[in-house]
Amino acid sequence: MTQLTFARAINAGLRKSLESDSKVVLLGEDIGTLGGVFRVTDGLQKDFGKHRVVDTPLAESAIVGTAVGLAYRGYRPVVEIQFDGFIYPAFDQIVSQVAKLHYRTRGAVRMPITIRVPFGGGIGSPEHHSESPEAYFTHTSGLRVVTVANPQDAYMVIQQAIACDDPVLYFEPKRRYHDKGEVDESVDPRSALPMDKARVLTDGSDVTLVAYGPLVKTALDAASAAADEGISLEVIDLRSLAPVDYEPVVASVRKTGRLVVTHEAAQSGGLGAEVAASITERCFYHLEAAPVRVTGFDIPYPYSKLEMHHLPGLDRILDGVDRALGRPNSLSGLEG
Amino acid sequence: MSTDETGPGGAQTPEMTATPDVKGPDLLQLITPAGERISHPEFDFWVRDITDDQLCSLFEDMTVIRRIDVEATALQRQGELALWPPLLGQEAAQIGSGRALRADDFVFSSYRENGVAYCRGVDLTDLLRVWRGNASGGWDPYGINMATPQIIIGAQTLHATGYAMGIQNDGADAVAVTYFGDGATSEGDVNEAMVFAASFQAPVVFFCTNNHWAISEPVRLQSHIQLADRATGFGIPSLRVDGNDVLAVMAATRLALDRARRGGGPTFIEAVSYRMGPHTTADDPTRYRDANELEDWAAKDPISRLAGLLDRKGILTAELQQQVKDKADAVASEMRRGCTTMPEPQPMDIFKHVYSTPNSWLERQQDHYARYLASFGDPDGAVSKEGAR
Repeated sequence: MTQLTFARAINAGLRKSLESDSKVVLLGEDIGTLGGVFRVTDGLQKDFGKHRVVDTPLAESAIVGTAVGLAYRGYRPVVEIQFDGFIYPAFDQIVSQVAKLHYRTRGAVRMPITIRVPFGGGIGSPEHHSESPEAYFTHTSGLRVVTVANPQDAYMVIQQAIACDDPVLYFEPKRRYHDKGEVDESVDPRSALPMDKARVLTDGSDVTLVAYGPLVKTALDAASAAADEGISLEVIDLRSLAPVDYEPVVASVRKTGRLVVTHEAAQSGGLGAEVAASITERCFYHLEAAPVRVTGFDIPYPYSKLEMHHLPGLDRILDGVDRALGRPNSLSGLEG
Repeated sequence: MSTDETGPGGAQTPEMTATPDVKGPDLLQLITPAGERISHPEFDFWVRDITDDQLCSLFEDMTVIRRIDVEATALQRQGELALWPPLLGQEAAQIGSGRALRADDFVFSSYRENGVAYCRGVDLTDLLRVWRGNASGGWDPYGINMATPQIIIGAQTLHATGYAMGIQNDGADAVAVTYFGDGATSEGDVNEAMVFAASFQAPVVFFCTNNHWAISEPVRLQSHIQLADRATGFGIPSLRVDGNDVLAVMAATRLALDRARRGGGPTFIEAVSYRMGPHTTADDPTRYRDANELEDWAAKDPISRLAGLLDRKGILTAELQQQVKDKADAVASEMRRGCTTMPEPQPMDIFKHVYSTPNSWLERQQDHYARYLASFGDPDGAVSKEGAR
C-alpha cells in the first residue's frame, strides 16, 4: 500500500498499462514534456518515448480521429482531452466513429480507445473548464462511460478501461486530483471490481444516496452529517455511467424505499433522470416517496465566484434527503 | 484557375464560375483527351514499366467498374438497392490510383470509391450490402486492407493519418491512402488531418478527387484557389493531375507512395475529374448544372481516352473489346446474383456488435424485444418483418 494523490494514482495506472502492453500509446495536448496541465502524465514521455506518449497539435477532433486510425492498426490509444469543455470539437469523431465502428464493421474492427476527461467544477476556473458533459456520451450507444471517486479506483479502472476492447470515456473528477488515498498497486486489475459495477460505500437503512465522481466524497460527508441526526444513508458510488449497474441500487431501494441522486451536471436529461426512471420502473412498489434529484442547474456553468451555488454541496444533498424522507425541507408546502 | 480570376476580394460569385479551368499550368497529363501519349520529363519515369498488356488491363478495369456502376444503378432503379452513389466519369482516378497500391497499404475512402474497392479485391456482394440496407458495412476491412467507406465527409482522413502514425511506430513501409472529394477539403477534419500528417511526417497520401460537385455545390464555392494549393499551406507537397488520365493518376500516386515509403511524409494529390452522374440515385443534377458542362466533360471521358491510346498503338482489337465486354458482363451478372440472393438480416441482428464485451443495458433491451417478438408466437413472421409499428 502506498499513499498516492488521485493524479499520481492515474499516472501509476497509465505507467502500468504502458509497461504491460506495447500497443498502448498516449495522445494529447501538453501530455509529454509538460506532463499534462494536471501532471497526470508526468514523466511518462521521458520513460516511454515520444512515440508512445505523443504531444499532439491542438486539434481535439484530430486527436480522437487519429486514435481511431491507430486502433485500426491494432494500437490501444489513450487520449487526453485537456478539459471537459474542450471535448466538443471531437464530438463527431467520438459519436460517429469511435462509438460506431465496431457496429459498422460487424465486429471486424475493435476500438479499444480510452478517452480521459478531467471533468467537473469547484476549482475556480473560467468558462469551459468545469463542465460535466457525461450525459452526451451515456446517450451514445457503443461507448462505455466510467467515473472514479478515489485513488484506488482511479488506479484500477484506468487499467481496466485501457484493457477493455470497447471504447471507454474515463471521467476524472479534477477537483479531487490532489486528494490522497491508499493505493494497493499489487492488485491485478483483472481481479479487482470490474469497472462497470457500482459499489455500496455505506450500509444504510433510511435513504439510498447515489453519487459518482466528485460528489461521492460530498455524499459520504452528507452521510456522516445525517448520521449525527440519526438518519441512516446508504451511499452508492455508481462508478459506471454507461451502463449503470442497477442491481445494487435496486437492492438498496428495496430496503430503504427512498432514493436521492446527485450530480454536478445539469438536471434535465441527465444521469439522475435516467437512474430515477429506471429505479421507478424496477422498484415502484418499494418506493415510499418520489425519487429526488440534487443536481447542477440547467444553466451554462457559472462564473467561479458563484459556482458553489450551482454545485450540489452537503447541505443541498441533505435538503434532498429531507425531501425524500418527508421531513421539513426547503420545498415543503410546494406541490409537484 | 488562379485567385486573380476572381478579382480583389473574390468579387465574382461562385455561381458565375461554376466550373473552374481544368487545365492549369501544373496539371499533369500523360494522355491527351484524344488518346495521344505525351511525354513528361519527370513523370514518365513512374509508369516506365507499364506494358501494352498492362494498358489493356487498365482498360478492362475501368470498363468493368463502369459496368458495375451501371448495374448497381439499375439495381437501385429496380428496387433491389435503396441507394447508390455512382462513380461515372471517375474511373481513371480510381483505377489509376487503386492499381498503384500494394496489398499491405491501407485505404480509408469515402462512399464513392467502389472502383478502388474493386482494385482491393472486394467481394461483389459485399460491395452492395450497405446500399441494399442489409448492413452498415459490407466487408471485413482487414480482408482487403480497406476501411469501411466513410459517410461523414472527410472524417476518414484522420483515420488514415492515425493509421499512418501506427505504421511509423511499427517501422513498416506501408502507406495509408485516404480518398475524399472537393467538398471535403472544406471540412475541419481534413485540415486537421493535414496538420497532423505534416507535423508527424506520417506516411499518408491524401487523394482528393475533385469531381467539381459536392451534391449541388460547385467547387468554386469551396475554394478560390486550386485545391492542390491548399495542401502546400500545411507544408505538404501537392500534385494536380488530370484525373481522367489513368496513367497520370498512376504516376502521381506511385510518386506519392514512394515518398511516403521512404520516410518523406505525406503528399496531396488533386485528381481533376468530373462527376458525370448524380450525387446519388436520389439526386437530380438537372436542377443545378448546365448540360453543356456535361458535354464538355463527356469529351474528356477516361475510358474513351485510353481506348484512343490503345487504338493508336494498334492494340484495340475486336478480340480485346469482346473479351473486356464479356468480363464486364460476367462481373455484373455475378454482382446482380449476389445482390438478389443476399440473405435477409434478422430482427435481432440489430443488437449485434454494438459492443465487443457484454453490456447490461443492451442485454436487457435485447431480452425485452425478443420477448415482445415472441409474444406474437411467430418471431420470424409478419411482426418481426414490420418491427414495432
